[in-house]
Amino acid sequence: MNRHPATRPTLAVWKFASCDGCQLSLLDCEDDLLTLSEAVDIAHFTEMSTATVEGPYDISLVEGSISTPDDVRRIHEVRAQSKTLITLGACASAGGIQGLRNFAAAGSYTRSVYAHPEYIDDLATSTPIAEHVTVDFELRGCPIDKGQLLEVLLAHLARRRPLIATSSVCEECKRAGIACVLVGRGVSCLGPITHAGCGALCPSIGRGCFGCFGPSESANTNALAEQLRRVGTSDLELSRLLHTFNAAAPVFLAQYRRHADPNPEAT
Amino acid sequence: MTHRRSSRRSISVEGLSRVEGEGSLHVSIRDGEVGDVSLDIFEPPRYFEALLVGRHFSEAPDITARICGICPVAYQLTACAAMEDLCEVHVGDAVTDLRRLLYCGEWIQSHALHVYLLHAPDFLHCADAVELAERDRGAVQRGLELKRTGNLIMQTVGGRAIHPINVRVGGFFQAPDPHAIAALEEPLRRALILALDTVAWTAGFDFPDEHGDYDFVALHHDGEYAIDSGTARSTSGLDVDAAHLAGLIVEEHVERSSALHAHLAGRGDYLTGPLARFALNAGQLPPRAADAARDAGLEHECRNPFRSVVVRAVELVAACEEALRLVRHYVAPEPATAAVRARAGVGVGATEAPRGLLLHEYEVDEDGTIVRARIIPPTSQNQASIEDDLRRVVEHGLDLSDEELQWRCEQAVRNHDPCISCAAHFLDLEIQR
Repeated sequence: MNRHPATRPTLAVWKFASCDGCQLSLLDCEDDLLTLSEAVDIAHFTEMSTATVEGPYDISLVEGSISTPDDVRRIHEVRAQSKTLITLGACASAGGIQGLRNFAAAGSYTRSVYAHPEYIDDLATSTPIAEHVTVDFELRGCPIDKGQLLEVLLAHLARRRPLIATSSVCEECKRAGIACVLVGRGVSCLGPITHAGCGALCPSIGRGCFGCFGPSESANTNALAEQLRRVGTSDLELSRLLHTFNAAAPVFLAQYRRHADPNPEAT
Repeated sequence: MTHRRSSRRSISVEGLSRVEGEGSLHVSIRDGEVGDVSLDIFEPPRYFEALLVGRHFSEAPDITARICGICPVAYQLTACAAMEDLCEVHVGDAVTDLRRLLYCGEWIQSHALHVYLLHAPDFLHCADAVELAERDRGAVQRGLELKRTGNLIMQTVGGRAIHPINVRVGGFFQAPDPHAIAALEEPLRRALILALDTVAWTAGFDFPDEHGDYDFVALHHDGEYAIDSGTARSTSGLDVDAAHLAGLIVEEHVERSSALHAHLAGRGDYLTGPLARFALNAGQLPPRAADAARDAGLEHECRNPFRSVVVRAVELVAACEEALRLVRHYVAPEPATAAVRARAGVGVGATEAPRGLLLHEYEVDEDGTIVRARIIPPTSQNQASIEDDLRRVVEHGLDLSDEELQWRCEQAVRNHDPCISCAAHFLDLEIQR
């Protein structure tokens, strides 16, 4: 079924390897969803609609990482059809949790999950969208924040720069007046090196940040590692924290490699 | 796209929509006989069972949540159940109740999403909820308000609607403030009314007359409509705990799919999800939901997969009622979490995800490191039954035009709200005849 071409800006949503959570954030806009559907023509959004409009599209939202040969072909098609390409979430900006395969022996993951690896056609790596095509804006998070998603969409429609903080969770936490879980209680926390955007959710409930939004700009990972060592965080624990939803993000990866010793007591 | 020859026609559609994830549907019909029928799942595999190996047991809830953005709580709480089974931890009633409230939030959110945004457009011949809103804005707003209420519970209890942050093995990081929980009562009272309206609304849809000879499997709990715990029962007489069920489920890797297909040893294919739960647990429905089911004309069990939308609506009522009860009786767990000490062994957990039974099995070493993980999501258990439904729908629909038959096939898949992201996946629909 095809809708009639529209005069409003067209929005397309594309999924690669992911959990659907970031595109669900668009449906989670709820009342704003109907308002948004009046401001833009939702031209391609498979999870939501049977109808599609042929490209090109004014804005493409891309969720997920590139992990199959077909993904590689498809992301180039999406880029060619899109004036603006915005990626959503940690899978798209850092390869996601499935990016952990990048560090495993080739084929070992497939063999451990599937009886017939020959039926599975995928790549040895799960890589960010920006490794394959030009990305106009990366929205961070695992998952993204729906308020930030609306801000990015509205900013693009108004042709202005989105108001998305590039500071750290630590700064959000301080601004919110939350007592520091790391200094005060010795809880392992990645807040000082993690990109802002969640509103310091974890520290607000007494939990340490575990890095959903990936590295912040100018993150001093060594200084944090030193501080964490002082509160008793083991190398193994720190290496796991750095090596989860944004494992392939270069800043986290470099610090991870300093701690990922098979024998944590040896360092 | 339609290709028609005298004895063999083929219809293909790029992408099955309004499902979570990507897969393909293939039906061939030659000389009026239905040949191969398959629901193929091509979602790129993400290898959770492999990447969990080497992780600390306490990380399983947050890592497995990322299997599915629609039902992260199901993954988190099933992982917790498995790890607590392994570590022999018994969380108190207050933690159990708070978890059930969180799970009700996910049921409300997920069922409202499926009923209103994914499934109802099929019955009302709309491409999507946006088109539906042009005709009946009130209906879509009802669905969105229900969904918002579910999300509100998840935010209040879990700290975030998608991939909550407050769940841990043993309980919660922090017990929500009683005032914040009390503030859920008013939205839930409204949501309960909207859920009752949803049952009446969906009961009025036109349903193709189909009957599935399913072996229904669901968790059962004598004291409540099973969501967060129970023993596994089937309409064929199975009655076992989660660990035994794990031993009975056989998963096969079939060609052209990145999902594993499950069946029960000695019993065969089975179906989990709302129809199964209703068949096995209608007696445990809370009162308003039981009344609504009766008023909607649902007998003690429903075997028409197209009417699953009504059963899902009844479960929306049940989840709202349960959530209201839990909100009114909320006692902040103190402490918010039980102490958990790692121990070597195997743990199994099972809960009722919105789409059906979800089972996790982990083997952990004495340091608390996961050495083996097995995750059996609802969609891989339902896959064979979905394919049976498709075959039946095509056999009964041979007189339909290609377009109508294709619509009905897609609808037959959506009856079971398949979560292809969970099952591992691109949905191409191809009918050859």
